[in-house]
Amino acid sequence: MASPVNSRFLVGIFDDDDVVMKAVREVRESGVRIHEVYTPFPVHGLDVALGHPRSRLGIAAFLFGLTGLLTAASLMSYTEKFDWPMIVGGKDSFSYPIYVPIAFELTVLFTALGMVSTFIISNGLGPTVKPLMFDLRTTDNKFAMAIDMENNKLQESEIETILRKSGAAEVNVKQF
Amino acid sequence: MASVHAIPSLDEQFEFTAESKRRLLIGGAVGVALVVLGAVLLSAGVGEHAHEAVQGHGLSEGHEGAHEHYKWTTRLWANIWVNSIYFTGIAVAGMFFMSYNYLAQAGWSSVIKRVPEAMPAFLPVTGIIMLGVFLIAGHDLFHWTHEGLYDKASPEYDPIIAGKHSFLNTPFFLVRMAFYFISWYMLWRVLRNLSLQEDLYGGTEYYYKSMKYGTAFLIVFAVTSSTAAWDLIMSIDTHWFSTMFGWYTLASWHVAGLATMTLTVVMLKEQGYLKAVNHSHLHDLGKFVFAFSIFWTYVWFAQFMLIYYANLPEETIYYRERFSGHGGIFLAPFWVNVVLNFVFPFLVLMTRDAKRTTILLKVACWGVLIGHYFDFYMNIMPGTVGDHAGFGPIEFGMILIFACAFIWSVSTQLTKANLIAKNHPLLEEALHHDI
Repeated sequence: MASPVNSRFLVGIFDDDDVVMKAVREVRESGVRIHEVYTPFPVHGLDVALGHPRSRLGIAAFLFGLTGLLTAASLMSYTEKFDWPMIVGGKDSFSYPIYVPIAFELTVLFTALGMVSTFIISNGLGPTVKPLMFDLRTTDNKFAMAIDMENNKLQESEIETILRKSGAAEVNVKQF
Repeated sequence: MASVHAIPSLDEQFEFTAESKRRLLIGGAVGVALVVLGAVLLSAGVGEHAHEAVQGHGLSEGHEGAHEHYKWTTRLWANIWVNSIYFTGIAVAGMFFMSYNYLAQAGWSSVIKRVPEAMPAFLPVTGIIMLGVFLIAGHDLFHWTHEGLYDKASPEYDPIIAGKHSFLNTPFFLVRMAFYFISWYMLWRVLRNLSLQEDLYGGTEYYYKSMKYGTAFLIVFAVTSSTAAWDLIMSIDTHWFSTMFGWYTLASWHVAGLATMTLTVVMLKEQGYLKAVNHSHLHDLGKFVFAFSIFWTYVWFAQFMLIYYANLPEETIYYRERFSGHGGIFLAPFWVNVVLNFVFPFLVLMTRDAKRTTILLKVACWGVLIGHYFDFYMNIMPGTVGDHAGFGPIEFGMILIFACAFIWSVSTQLTKANLIAKNHPLLEEALHHDI
């Protein structure tokens, strides 16, 4: 997530993945919109419970791959057909089978580099970007549920009560 | 651990019903009838489509000198050979799958382990059939079995084939063939017994032993899959050779085996078995079929590409024969092969949802299975029957006979144990499998 500026978050800290799974459902049912849940290890089914929309990474990958394929096709057809036609190994200068490896490699290369860039940008991992850290303990043994106050109509105290009721061990305020 | 899946009972006993036995028997009988019909037609000369017209166009130029004394029975033997190779591959792919899953300590596959485990039981059947065919009709299928090729005084003398004599000779060939089938089958028996004992007694001891024997199989199979491909398939085109051929055949066998496993799992699930198999397991199986159909294409293309680029006559003859040789009769199956084995599963199984939708999985798997039959058809038919190849009752009948026998064998094996390996140490991981 790109870092929001001047946002105020309520961060519920949980001790257990079972509790946080249950809490996600309860909090969402009570009408609170969850920004994100941070866990020390992957919790299966959490993405479904959070109701995140389906990832669009596949579309991005397809577009990067298509760019690579078109680059390969235009590069090869330009050089071999128009700029400098050459006969190699007795083959016609524009013969399809010999183009397959290059087309494949450039497709893969563009997809790989594009997806790494996408990953870095969408996770805010650039060299100068300050990472959005809600609670350092999520890298160890705690589970943090972040709630963006700007996206929620309820009062902070009400949300805090909901969080505590669904099992949060502590509720902190985090300002970015 | 939070679970998103309800865990059902693990005690499931597969029932090989009288109804399915009856269907398989009918299928087999129809197959026999078709083969008999095809044989009668062939021996009467029906379907010998205008060969005079295609003779002498220079490409089939008595390839390997086998055409002068063509007998219709060659087509029968070649058909048995194609199907034997195909089902041998599917059967041994089950063992291959089990072994690398043990070696990788894969957890998710333990819930479907009994399906690949049931497949290699068919190996002795194809092994004995192939041995019989080789002893009866080796001369019709394998050009290198002709003694004159190695005799300098004979007009048939062929220095290239004579150079391969130390490897391609009948006694050594039979020894290798026996070694393949015996080693594959015996190692499978070991794994199977360990797996059945694990069901009874539990504990991790059987798992570690299975890992050891599975690894032993992988080492054996690394060599024998290649040499078996040379012996059983590539030696038909005796002059020709390809360094990619071992990989190519392994890829073909493997993906056909994976498609069979996936189909079996889906069908068992539809019949109400394997309740513990969820969409994530199907997704993984779909990924396997998807990935290895691409792997097959990669190897297929690599072989084609090298030969195309190098343009050496002794290598390109293989593709010339299939593109335009024999009156062009192999061009259609050639493209069917590529489309069904690559384009079709690639497009059908591309999305995540498709791999989780049983109907699309089934369609893709059937495509792959039919496609790989044509793969072996394309490898074996041009060098054995050549101009006289076709796709008639004898081909359909033979597929039916082998398929029914194979399904019978797998079903019998499935009844012999609980459908889920309930004491597998990693089963718990498989039950919670979620991706």
